[in-house]
Amino acid sequence: MTEACTSEIIEQHGLSPEEYDRIVQFLGREPNLVELGLFSVMWSEHCSYKSSRFFLKNLPTRGKRVLQGPGENAGIIDIGEGLAVVFKIESHNHPSFIEPYQGAATGVGGILRDIFTMGARPIANLNSLHFGAVDHPRTPYLLERVVAGIGDYGNCIGVPTVGGEVHFDPCYNGNILVNAFCLGLVEHDKIFRAKAQGIGNPVIYVGSKTGRDGIHGATMASDAFEVGSKERRPQVQVGDPFTEKLLLEACLELMQEGKIVAIQDMGAAGLTSSSSEMASRGGVGIELDLSQVPRRETGMTPYEVLLSESQERMLLVAEKGREKEVSQVLQKWGLDVAVVGKVIERPVLRVCEGEEVVGEVPVVALTDEAPAYQRQRKAPAPRGKDIPISEIPTPKDLGRSLTQLIGSPVLASKHWVFEQYDHTVQTNTVVGPGADAAVLRLKGTKKGIALTVDSNRSYSYLDPYLGAMHIVAEGVRNLGCVGAEPIGITNCLNFGNPQRPEVMWEFEQSVLGMGEACRALGIPVVSGNVSFYNETSGKGIDPTPVIATVGLIEDLQAVPSSSFQKEGDRVAIFGRATQGFGGSEYLRLLHRQKVGKIPPMDLEEQKQLLQFCREVVRSGFAHSVHDVSKGGIAVALAECCFSNGIGVQIDRVETDLRPDLWLFGESPDIVIVSYKAGEERSLLSLAKNSKINVLASGTLGGDRYSMESWIDLPLSQLVEVWGKGFEEIF
Amino acid sequence: MRFGVVVFPGSNCDRDCYHVIRNVLRQDCRFVWHQESSLQGLDAVVLPGGFSYGDYLRVGAVARFSPVMSAVAEFAQGGGLVLGICNGFQILTEAGLLPGVLMRNRSLKFICKSVTIRVESTETPWTNRYQSGQALRIPVAHGDGNFFIDSKNLSELQKNQQILFRYCSPEGEILEEWNPNGSIEAIAGICNRERNVLGMMPHPERCSESILGSEEGRILFESVVEWFRQR
Repeated sequence: MTEACTSEIIEQHGLSPEEYDRIVQFLGREPNLVELGLFSVMWSEHCSYKSSRFFLKNLPTRGKRVLQGPGENAGIIDIGEGLAVVFKIESHNHPSFIEPYQGAATGVGGILRDIFTMGARPIANLNSLHFGAVDHPRTPYLLERVVAGIGDYGNCIGVPTVGGEVHFDPCYNGNILVNAFCLGLVEHDKIFRAKAQGIGNPVIYVGSKTGRDGIHGATMASDAFEVGSKERRPQVQVGDPFTEKLLLEACLELMQEGKIVAIQDMGAAGLTSSSSEMASRGGVGIELDLSQVPRRETGMTPYEVLLSESQERMLLVAEKGREKEVSQVLQKWGLDVAVVGKVIERPVLRVCEGEEVVGEVPVVALTDEAPAYQRQRKAPAPRGKDIPISEIPTPKDLGRSLTQLIGSPVLASKHWVFEQYDHTVQTNTVVGPGADAAVLRLKGTKKGIALTVDSNRSYSYLDPYLGAMHIVAEGVRNLGCVGAEPIGITNCLNFGNPQRPEVMWEFEQSVLGMGEACRALGIPVVSGNVSFYNETSGKGIDPTPVIATVGLIEDLQAVPSSSFQKEGDRVAIFGRATQGFGGSEYLRLLHRQKVGKIPPMDLEEQKQLLQFCREVVRSGFAHSVHDVSKGGIAVALAECCFSNGIGVQIDRVETDLRPDLWLFGESPDIVIVSYKAGEERSLLSLAKNSKINVLASGTLGGDRYSMESWIDLPLSQLVEVWGKGFEEIF
Repeated sequence: MRFGVVVFPGSNCDRDCYHVIRNVLRQDCRFVWHQESSLQGLDAVVLPGGFSYGDYLRVGAVARFSPVMSAVAEFAQGGGLVLGICNGFQILTEAGLLPGVLMRNRSLKFICKSVTIRVESTETPWTNRYQSGQALRIPVAHGDGNFFIDSKNLSELQKNQQILFRYCSPEGEILEEWNPNGSIEAIAGICNRERNVLGMMPHPERCSESILGSEEGRILFESVVEWFRQR
């Protein structure tokens, strides 16, 4: 062991003794402190996916539209006419818990860079947020600051935030989840990849100057929190959306004119990961001269410069001799630019400070040859134990139950959140936040893109395998409601400590379930992110896989709303009612139980339902289509009424189920369709062809919400409760 | 008619305005870089929304020192048509081309939603195709849209009919509950005394095509094209 690398220092770098031995083997000698730092970040869970890589192979990643699967900065899917969409979701959980405003803001900044680094102009953001209990003292503060951070960053850069989800559960009291998604649009021949090529080509640094912020951010994200984690605030980066906007425009201009060879953002592990990953993909080496790196602090050591996670920085490889053209574009946008190295033949990352070599490590040792583990898995005691329905008391007043559900922060209107996000900039938003799926038009074509992000913490906790299948199906159903064909998925897998066998079991089950559903529905997973160690003082979060699903609409003319449109229209509820309450919001909120067996998932039935949705949309009969999810039929029907204030009378329900089960059970197989009176026959024949049943029907109009003999309430009362429910958190 | 859309570092509605002028109205249009010092050959100039220079000091406060702003002032003095939307409105007030200031929203939060504004005066190049009193559905998206002006200058605005748009209920009534940001007199847009310079917080370019849910913003652009044609 060298003097620098005592066992204490090795441990502080998050490396195990075995991993240290592996480093010594690779180098044929002991590493110095700089090299140890390189390994520490690149072999961190966050950068190396060492606990997850083996299991992620179970996800389908190919398909006829896939132009780029996992392994690049983001996935790419062909959408025809020479165009493609580039998208990815990523977590920023740990920083957002410590410093919610900057943590969430830089999460958005990071995912935006992943998209434009591939040559695509970002056109939409989504986010998935999970906070602790509504009544936990820190929840209002975290919620307020996370939303402000996301808003300020996305609004400033001018990318609309068109949808998302917000959930609350005590399991996130010590570890909130902030997952940010971005989608960009690119022409096929303008796609850029982060592959360093051309021996002697200059490596150019562009963007903000390097400071000491975020050093070891990636290592932090690969560790559990202990009490006092707020002391880690210096590991959280600070965002500057204005610089990012300049960087975005400058990079797209450079790429448009073909002035560069490769480009990658300096995200987690900063200069280290961007240089070694670009070199690795190109099978070459990179030599960096740290004395050339623009700095905003004096006295920074090579170690600090390499590991800084200062934001809004990119590393690019240009063709030799074109340095001047490149800097002209960057300087026009007022950005700092410096040649900080070159591509070399020997496949190593060589780090110099002026003339002096301060570290040299084989590139593959940092990337492809990083450790990978098949960690132990052990099923916990079953949680999805079935409870007989008879043990759940029937409420006396079903209208009151509906009011309680619809006014709970999970189901209430999220306008407090999404009105803080600019969702109309770029003038493409056809359907914005609050609907089943957001819809964007693509200028110059008839096409549209539909987007949704979904998770289901109760389901994933009770049965991670089946839960993951449900989440995939929910996303696809949301797209079905706007007539979109699902073309790709990106996932963010938020879990506890992977060194606990129960957590690893939850992870494996979730991935396997997701894989099965994706294969059955024919959707590739093209990018994603794993966030482990969401654990504080030994208590981990419930498993929370989050899935963003992207769909293509060939002709935007026929997109129905998710809300009722016209008084006098008819409404029908199609599908199959559920036989149990397991995992429902009804049980969780009104009976305070996160128990039960979650509904089964029949993927063949899902396909039929999707087929039906698509035909309904294509036929043009439907004035609105909305799927049933959390809160069941009763809540979904109320949601249909709200945006245009149109009442509903459901007068024919065919069921022998207990009314509360029919109303609040969460079947994955139901859609609510409103249509012009007189089109009944055509609609029913579509349903019959797809083998879909009619569960109930009724008429739109008036100012009441009336459901059989069970519920009869003034719509205005529901609207008020729904509209204000969320703000009661504060 | 030839339009220019100014691009400051941090502008983010520049491409949206360009799209509407070029592809919806089929008018000639070019981007004007913030370092340009001449607007020669242009008939109208749009200062688009966004966060010029990050809006780090105070909204619009840095942008007014851009080289292009002296050209804009000269252009306006010569009777040229100037439209400032959102951040563009903020820059016009900072530059003294329009009176008043835009402060942080009353809620202290960014607000993005569809609102209704009432057309108060149709006697400008920008509003001549609207009906007086017409209520328009139009998106807002801003953190600093709270218009303020002292009472002396407010009565000047009123006397000269420089108030062009006010926030109102869907039925067109001016009620405080429909004022999204706390602006004095629910002011959403004003013009200068000469009526060639318009500043407004709502975004007409975001409601100029039926697929986006409203085409009522397009009438503003059509007004100016028509005015120019008949001039």
